[in-house]
Amino acid sequence: MTNVYITGIGQTPVGEHWQTSLRELAWNAIEPALTEANLRYPDALYVGNMLSGAISGQEHVGALVADYCGFRGVEAVTIKAGQASGGLALRQAYLALKSGLVETAVVVGVEKMTDRAGSELVSAVATGLDADYEAAQGLTLTAAAGLMLQRYMYQNGLELRDMAGFSVNAHANARNNPNAMFRNTLKAEKFPAAAMVASPVNMFDTAPDADGAAALVLVAADAPPAPQNGMIPIQIVGSGVATDAVALHDRKDVLAFEAVKASTATALRHAKVSNRDIDLFELHDSFTIFSALALESAGFAEAGKGWQMAQNGDIALDGALPICTLGGAKARGNPAGATGVYQAIEAVMQLRGAAGDNQIENAKTAMIQCIGGTGASVATHILAV
Amino acid sequence: MQVSRHWRLQQQRYALVGQVCTDCEEKIFPPRGVCPNCAKETDAQFEFSGRGKVYSFSTVYTAPAGFEGSAPYTIGLVQLEEGPLITAQLTDIDNDHVEIGLDVEMVTRKLLQDGDRGVLVYGYKFRPVVPVWELEPEDALFALA
Repeated sequence: MTNVYITGIGQTPVGEHWQTSLRELAWNAIEPALTEANLRYPDALYVGNMLSGAISGQEHVGALVADYCGFRGVEAVTIKAGQASGGLALRQAYLALKSGLVETAVVVGVEKMTDRAGSELVSAVATGLDADYEAAQGLTLTAAAGLMLQRYMYQNGLELRDMAGFSVNAHANARNNPNAMFRNTLKAEKFPAAAMVASPVNMFDTAPDADGAAALVLVAADAPPAPQNGMIPIQIVGSGVATDAVALHDRKDVLAFEAVKASTATALRHAKVSNRDIDLFELHDSFTIFSALALESAGFAEAGKGWQMAQNGDIALDGALPICTLGGAKARGNPAGATGVYQAIEAVMQLRGAAGDNQIENAKTAMIQCIGGTGASVATHILAV
Repeated sequence: MQVSRHWRLQQQRYALVGQVCTDCEEKIFPPRGVCPNCAKETDAQFEFSGRGKVYSFSTVYTAPAGFEGSAPYTIGLVQLEEGPLITAQLTDIDNDHVEIGLDVEMVTRKLLQDGDRGVLVYGYKFRPVVPVWELEPEDALFALA
């Protein structure tokens, strides 16, 4: 059975790239990934993107990026699944390589968010919700997270400050990441005092919208290919995608990420490993409640207790299950459809032993997971060295 | 924006018309093709009473386009007495007074204007259920009418 290896990575810093367009951002990530992998033309290009239509007035991004990167003629497609687009693009590339019809692929997650601001950007991000029955009522993604957090705190007897650990951890881990948007320290006591975005979610609870692009080169091979430029190939050993109701009100339990549960189970089974084998978990911390629920639904904590892992140090770099090891969406920044590919890159860095001061000792197996909307699309992958 | 996009939802937005599954009797809102409980095809209409309780809520300070003038406003997840949850703005109540478990009922209100020259969209919001004897006299007359 053919294996799939990541042989090159590239990323732009996450932030406000006023002078850089969507296609330029994509190339700025793809170029270093190609160089690292010693590749000029892939067989296929998979672009993960959420908002190009709403923000840049540009759809048809697969062909656009292929042409700009000198891949004219190469098969290319855009994958759209809200903020899970990057993970879904990786999944599509993985399936193509496993099929044997494609031997090399480039996956790029790219998002240009800062060409819109204020209410227009809020509306663009809300397109990942149910337009007729959520957004039409004035619901935003942040308010949807607010509905989840409010209920979570109510059911578990928590206050806002009990969630602080997730954001504090993310900021601490971003300090050594030159590509992160926020590299400042966040103190737990400052957390509850931040301005509200959609109560009880405040500025320090939510990950910042930003521009960014991240790219991977994937190769199909029966055995690990020879390292290019001294870079060890990292194998994708597990892959799972699942969906849930788009609207929060259509779920059986608004505090259970069913698609996290299902895609995690699939990926673990596929990789023939269990939760105990996971050395680090790059989860999608768009909001602290997403982190808590992801830990619970992925089987790392009991229902209602995920928040405790942030309070007792379990999620820290030296904890039982480090998460967001280079800042996560909260501090690295959350360029919607690109986030899933940033997570893959960060996991690759950890598995190569190239994460610098944030290196997880003896990291052999990493899980990455990105969440679209309020959990309607979830892609989970397991990477191993 | 075409009027049809809102017009086709008028039964849901004005009268909370959903479905009841003819097999398992699950009450369904909004309508869908297949019962989420038993996976049978659904086609029987059901009109909800419009009464329910606040299951969760969030007050929106950073609003989307078309809602800027309303901010801060509170959106609730309301559990209808027949079972389903519904996402709706809460109205006729101070943002600070909303709490989980509050009894609410559906009313029809303006939701938004669809663009500068677009249609005014009306639909359901939910307000606290206030006993008639606690109302001001003129409101009580209105409520009894």
